[in-house]
Amino acid sequence: MQARRWLRRALAAAASVPLIAACEFSGPQSALDPAGPVAQAQKDLFLWTFWLSWPVMIGVFGALAYALWRFRARGNAKELPHQTHGNLRLEVAWTVIPVILVILVAVPTVRTIFSTEQRVTPGPDDLVVHATGYQWWFKFEYTDLGFTTANELIVPVGTRVVMSLDSADVLHAFWVPNLAGKRDMIPNQDNQIWFTADRAGTYFGQCAELCLGAHAYMRFRVIAMERDDYQRWVTAFQDAGRRTVAADPLVERGRALTAQKGCVACHTIEGFGPVAVGNADFPDLTNFGLRTTVGAAIADNTPENLAAWLRDPQAMKPGNYMPTLWSADDPNRDAEIDAIVAYLLSLGRDSAAGASLSLGDAHGRP
Amino acid sequence: MAVRKVTMPAPAGPGAAVFARPTAERGLLSWLTTVDHKRLGLLYIFTSFAFMAAASVEAFLIRLQLAAPGNTLLSPEVYNQMFTMHGVTMVFLAIMPLGIGFANYFVPLQIGARDLAFPRLNAFGYWVYAAGGLFLYTSFFLGSPPDVGWVAYAPLTSLSNNPGNGTDFYMIGLLVGGIGTLVTAMNLIVTVISMRAPGMTMMRVPVFTWMMLVTSFLIIFAFPPLTIALFQVIMDRTFGTLFYVPAAGALPILWQHLFWIFGHPEVYIIILPAFGVISEVIPTFSRKPLFGYPVVILSGIFIGFMGFAVWSHHMFTTGLGPVVNTAFALTSFVIGIPTGIKVFNWLGTIWGGQVRFTVAMHYAIAFLITFTIGGITGIMLAVPPFTAQAHDTYFVVAHFHYVMGGGALLAFFAGLYYWFPKMSGKLMDERLGKWAFWFLVPGLHLIFFPQHVAGLMGMPRRTQTFVEGVGLELPNLISTSGTFVMLVGLVLLAANILHGLLRGKPAGNDPWDARTLEWATTSPPPHHDFDRQPVVNDRDAHWVQKYPESVHGERVPENASEPYDRHGIHMPGQSIYPFFLALALLVFSYALLFHNWWVLGLSVALMFFFTYLWAFEGVGGRHLKVPGAPARAKGARS
Repeated sequence: MQARRWLRRALAAAASVPLIAACEFSGPQSALDPAGPVAQAQKDLFLWTFWLSWPVMIGVFGALAYALWRFRARGNAKELPHQTHGNLRLEVAWTVIPVILVILVAVPTVRTIFSTEQRVTPGPDDLVVHATGYQWWFKFEYTDLGFTTANELIVPVGTRVVMSLDSADVLHAFWVPNLAGKRDMIPNQDNQIWFTADRAGTYFGQCAELCLGAHAYMRFRVIAMERDDYQRWVTAFQDAGRRTVAADPLVERGRALTAQKGCVACHTIEGFGPVAVGNADFPDLTNFGLRTTVGAAIADNTPENLAAWLRDPQAMKPGNYMPTLWSADDPNRDAEIDAIVAYLLSLGRDSAAGASLSLGDAHGRP
Repeated sequence: MAVRKVTMPAPAGPGAAVFARPTAERGLLSWLTTVDHKRLGLLYIFTSFAFMAAASVEAFLIRLQLAAPGNTLLSPEVYNQMFTMHGVTMVFLAIMPLGIGFANYFVPLQIGARDLAFPRLNAFGYWVYAAGGLFLYTSFFLGSPPDVGWVAYAPLTSLSNNPGNGTDFYMIGLLVGGIGTLVTAMNLIVTVISMRAPGMTMMRVPVFTWMMLVTSFLIIFAFPPLTIALFQVIMDRTFGTLFYVPAAGALPILWQHLFWIFGHPEVYIIILPAFGVISEVIPTFSRKPLFGYPVVILSGIFIGFMGFAVWSHHMFTTGLGPVVNTAFALTSFVIGIPTGIKVFNWLGTIWGGQVRFTVAMHYAIAFLITFTIGGITGIMLAVPPFTAQAHDTYFVVAHFHYVMGGGALLAFFAGLYYWFPKMSGKLMDERLGKWAFWFLVPGLHLIFFPQHVAGLMGMPRRTQTFVEGVGLELPNLISTSGTFVMLVGLVLLAANILHGLLRGKPAGNDPWDARTLEWATTSPPPHHDFDRQPVVNDRDAHWVQKYPESVHGERVPENASEPYDRHGIHMPGQSIYPFFLALALLVFSYALLFHNWWVLGLSVALMFFFTYLWAFEGVGGRHLKVPGAPARAKGARS
């Protein structure tokens, strides 16, 4: 039978889909690989509904398959099947079954809503961060510590991070699957999300609310560090304004070029020089050498990637607002970019935190 | 059959016809002026299939773009336009009108009526829908298609964030298209309430008609909030009001509330007719009455009511707080109960029957399986802490394609195979139909099942690319390969429709040994639907005529012998004004879009003018005498 054979093939293909997919569920952006209590509770609840769905599916599909086979027409069409119109007891039974199932889901759901989504007042032990979504990057203000980063949120392991969320333009969403789930960033609305990282590592985040343009490239990272590393990192930021640039002619030329090319008209760099520079509505580049990524977490922060980013930001991240500063036939382009790269990567690397840069990679990056 | 026409004498005095109403029976003019519910039903079905083809092309491009990370087939701008138009088209121009098209054709037939209550209004509804769809699709040539997603969240739609005219096409197109849907809903309600055949009590109304009645009420209550929201954005963009301008202190969340107070009932506006179709197909091919008819009806009504109480489950991540999230989680769970009851009742219908595996039944079974999976993921998504992860990811995309594509669309395909013989008088090829089915349905699962995994692995929706190395490549590749499988199925389905129309075997009146009144008349039915007024004495009105031993109530309907149609069958007159009025509305839409106030004023004047002519074009119509209409065949079996 042609149809039977196809059916068997289709079933085999369908069965292999979950098998293939089941190979690898962990990863730095997976909701099924929690690294903190909030994401753990979210995953547990998913798994509870997932396992509850199996008896439902087996029951319904089993009954369906059995009924279709048992009551298939067998050339006995002359005899009408019993024209039953219903059965009250059965109706009551299959009303009660979904009610019970729903209660089984509802009780842990309500409990988890209140244990993970309740608005909290940050205490002295919490890390308070104000996050703002921009087209197409994230600003993280460490309000109690007095400094700002862009697209990389460094947090200490075991400390509750309480974040207030805001948006400067359209809707965005703050989403870190391994740690917190997501919450929308809405203009004129004070939203909150909080989470704790249980283990050190790099966790990927991404904007989850359509914001046009470079929405697909609006990424960020949460890097959870052990307490000592985190403290060194904080100190590096708090001291950034007091440090001077390394005495390297290339770096010094790069510093001059960032002023000359207009970089600092937008970007803040603490310790840039005698004058305060930048605009709070653009990504803060303080201690850029300590960053792990460029372009809102779309590429690793290597000299090559940084140079490529400066040379043609639209090629790496189509639609973003970073201007292309050199025309393609500018003879000084490569030399100037090299100098700026040297300057930017030197920022913060002379500090003690520079040594711990690779600690964030415990989770593995692609 | 021989039908003698009797022209009605024109009444004298102020009610006299100003213009003669058109009477063309063939050619273009007959279609532009038709008020026949069957012709309009066919127009709806044909138009929605045309839009479905366009939406399928858009979906195909989306999947090609996502075959691998970093693909550059579509730019972000074009990609945004594609998924926006795909969603808008499928929801507003394809699946919802397909249900309305079936309703247009079969609601009057199922209740033994000869047309809808307001035939010209029905024509107007169709032409406005067609105008709205045409308007939206001309955005490809007259500017840019909308690119803000089918939900068009503020403030992405404000002029400063979205200076192109795509958003205007979306807002005005939906506003205009909504008028057509609204008038059709009112028409269906009046028809079902007041035009049922003698003996057809509400508890004898076929389930498809019942579900269309519930759907029509949903439309009437759901579209006004959408209209308000659309109007606000149009005002913002056209006249500089500040409803959704955050810089002026606006709270953009308002749009989401208004949109989803419409949007969630809209989901049931799409799925309830599908439930109705399934409730016709499964009993017919199991040769048993629908199990638990009153429970199925009441579940449908309950789902309709509850549909208005769950909208915030689309907004679990907007920070409404734990109390609101709890409330809407609970109402969403509750809505799963009547849905589950319906599935059990369909199982109960199959149980103990004689199941014939026609193509229509294949699709009904595929619906049961796919919709159950979609229902289960729906319950999962009603869990706010899980939605904190799954919201705006491919898990949601997978879920709503399982319930809208796998649920509503498969049910409508079942309806297409089931009703095609009635509409065309010809049979579709069962063998070819099964081939199409075995590509289409596995293809659908191949596309959408892996998307659950992609969502859980961290893939947000509405992005034209995805990050490498976190496990998203494989599910996306499988998903894209599935589109080719499903495409083969869709092409075979289209081929089968053509084959059926051109070479199909004659169907006869009742090829499926079916149960409801539409099978009591010829295929296709005559213009006046029934030669004799059907009189109903049981829920399965046609079935008990064939099998009197299974009758539920009295054997002979008590009012069967009354002299119906003594003066002939009244046929409503045709009219061109519904078409003209819709045309004026189309001109109005473009004038509003391009800020051409002179043309706008002219179009408004035209609308008044055509409405006036509509009102005073005279009674029209005629009375048909059907000579020697056969006496009711007692106990005749087809």
